[in-house]
Amino acid sequence: MSKHSKQMASTVDQDNQTLVKVRNLKKYYGGGGRFSGPPVKAVDDVSFDIQEGETLGLVGESGSGKTTLGRTLIQLETATEGTVSFSGEDITELSGEPLKKWRKNAQIVFQDPDSSLNDRMTIGEIIREPLDAHDWKSAADRREKVQNLLSSVGLQEDHYYRYPHQFSGGQRQRIGIARALALEPDFLVLDEPVSALDASVQAKILNLLEDLQDEFGLTYLFIAHDLSVVRHICDRVAVMYLGKIMEIGETEELYTDAKNPYTASLLSAIPRPDPTSDRTRITLPGTPPSPRDPPEGCQFSTRCPAKIRPEAYDHLSNETWNAIEQFREVVRERTRIQFGIRDRLKRQLGLFSKYDDIDEAADDFFGDIEPPREVQEAIDTAIEQVKAGHPDQARDQLKQQFGGICDTKRPDMYAVSDSGRLSYCHRHADEYRGVNETLDRRSDN
Amino acid sequence: MSSTFHDTEETMQEEAVLSVRNLQTVFRTDRELIRAVDGISFDIKSGETLGIVGESGSGKSVTARSIMGLVDSPGEILPGSSIKFNGEELTEYTDPEYQAIRGSGIGMVFQDPLKSLNPVYTVGNQIREALKINRGITGKQATEKAIELLEDVAIPDPARRLGEYPHEFSGGMRQRAVIAMMLACDPELLICDEPTTALDVTIQAQIIELLQDLQEERDLAILFITHDMGVIAEISDRVNVMYAGEFVEKASVEELFENPKHPYTEGLLDAIPGTLAEQDRLNTIEGDVPTPNKPASDCRFAPRCPKAFKDCTEVHPVHVSVSEENDHSAACLLYPDDRSRDEAVQYHISQNEENEQPQEGDEE
Repeated sequence: MSKHSKQMASTVDQDNQTLVKVRNLKKYYGGGGRFSGPPVKAVDDVSFDIQEGETLGLVGESGSGKTTLGRTLIQLETATEGTVSFSGEDITELSGEPLKKWRKNAQIVFQDPDSSLNDRMTIGEIIREPLDAHDWKSAADRREKVQNLLSSVGLQEDHYYRYPHQFSGGQRQRIGIARALALEPDFLVLDEPVSALDASVQAKILNLLEDLQDEFGLTYLFIAHDLSVVRHICDRVAVMYLGKIMEIGETEELYTDAKNPYTASLLSAIPRPDPTSDRTRITLPGTPPSPRDPPEGCQFSTRCPAKIRPEAYDHLSNETWNAIEQFREVVRERTRIQFGIRDRLKRQLGLFSKYDDIDEAADDFFGDIEPPREVQEAIDTAIEQVKAGHPDQARDQLKQQFGGICDTKRPDMYAVSDSGRLSYCHRHADEYRGVNETLDRRSDN
Repeated sequence: MSSTFHDTEETMQEEAVLSVRNLQTVFRTDRELIRAVDGISFDIKSGETLGIVGESGSGKSVTARSIMGLVDSPGEILPGSSIKFNGEELTEYTDPEYQAIRGSGIGMVFQDPLKSLNPVYTVGNQIREALKINRGITGKQATEKAIELLEDVAIPDPARRLGEYPHEFSGGMRQRAVIAMMLACDPELLICDEPTTALDVTIQAQIIELLQDLQEERDLAILFITHDMGVIAEISDRVNVMYAGEFVEKASVEELFENPKHPYTEGLLDAIPGTLAEQDRLNTIEGDVPTPNKPASDCRFAPRCPKAFKDCTEVHPVHVSVSEENDHSAACLLYPDDRSRDEAVQYHISQNEENEQPQEGDEE
């Protein structure tokens, strides 16, 4: 961890205009009580900075914790641990009146323009509400302010008296933006502001956001799952996976030369509007694991195409190795099943339950390939353990057998370029082959 | 309007699995007649993917539902429309006959898999039900077949997954389960209405790959509807661009992206962010998709078109072949571009007159 913070510090020194400074931020849900299960680690130890006037993109798959991170930054959620400082002031400590005062500085635009506007209020009332809540000047001033806002987001002044249902999706999003701008904040969290919109409307909102940024000197945190939108609007990008930032750095650099295996896979999965391109796509297997039960090592280790294999198994063919990984995933899934009382009793009595049949699944994976003897033995042991009703033992056994450093140890953040880009992967350590080299080699055979 | 496509019709008719001619689907409201789909024609052959792309409100989904016979009152398919599936005229089918086609010939995958799955039955139950109703397979045999189908759509550990409920599946896996249910009917044509829109890119890539594999294995014809130009480029062989109930451009996928002809297609391609990295501002198309509530007597894109001229608001464009390649056509008064503008407009007027036939249902 110390290495990590040192590197963060070095990037900070280059720019003195840091607006938001996030350090070791964690947000866990549940897990407090004696009988509750392990907590859901929505945001798990994240550190970064946002410079004044820049747009930082936050991308990742659904469930990666992007929205939670955005909401925690502006204190819509209370951080479990860590600090968020705004121009030097730690806002995780604020509460009551000081917090309310501070809120003027940071606002949010929500994803769904249908559910974020109150259908019973006129547009004028909606946009005026934050001004009312903060007792901003006089009523006449507020009214004038709202009319100015309407025109700066490209709406008509007479829209003041209309209701939300009279507007299209793009216009409603403009209303949401106007409301967020009402208190003249410095910092705006944009939570998927264009993902509910059509391409041509999307383009208009993106242009509007850029204009507003120039006009009011805003700083954005732009949350999105659409990577091409992020490339267009953001100065820097952070890629999130399962509550952790996998890579963060300058947008163009990151898009053209991804260093982290997750970023590389994510970028290669974007459908290109070019039917003639013949790039090799990395298709990730499976889905992200549950944030309640994340892998002990690197969060991405269960799907990583560049995972470090233990030396003893380095000679295995890709096919065999993939079969092993898939089999491990099935066993892991088995340990997560929640049983009803009857099945639990059966298992305790040592009776064979239908949930414990795994032969068929193993057959699917290993039927066509002939794994080496030591692999076969480990698999067979695991099958026996699952059948005996102990998938957790099978899981541990397989991990011991096939787990490399990626399975057991959290990686550090490594600086991977001159501009201070950081990437979270064991492969950046000197003793391992680089990420891109590995990906190329594995896709060849 | 009905014979606008007479030049290509003969050559394509033999092998087409689905052949749609002059499909007009309208919705009657108190005030007006909304022409959600207004006279479109296309063919799909087996083993081929036809993409339909357009903004929301352009009539893509209504097209899909019309083919599936899922248009309910106040919606109506006008007489004069023809949907032929393997030579059978579907528009004349009764409900039970349609049910049989849905169970055996045409499958449909919707955008939201949660809405296509029943939350109170296990996934296995639902696949077995599809097998029982459509193919008469029951009991142990059905279970085995269901496991096989889940395996076909690459769901790991299928035997256990059969006993799980839809909420226990992830989004991508649900969509796979829906596709498995469709495969249970052994369809020849699969209609995919934005099947990947609700999914993450990595999962989207998996589903696209799955559809491509299945198509290769089973020689499926796929009608793929989306608003995402990137997805269209990956999966389609041919693309039809839809705008306000009409096709404005039809071409093979390479041709369309390399050489777009219709101003609307050009606009759509320009609005994709991130393609030109250094470009500062995104190009936009002004205005919104209009609601087509009158018979087309003009170009419906004219109010938003950067290249519009006077005649655009008076003459309804017909499809004109726009490149040497025979199957690239655009409905725009700018073409044929080897003639002068007046001649081109005259050509469209004369084509319109030729097609002018008294059509029932056109008058309200």
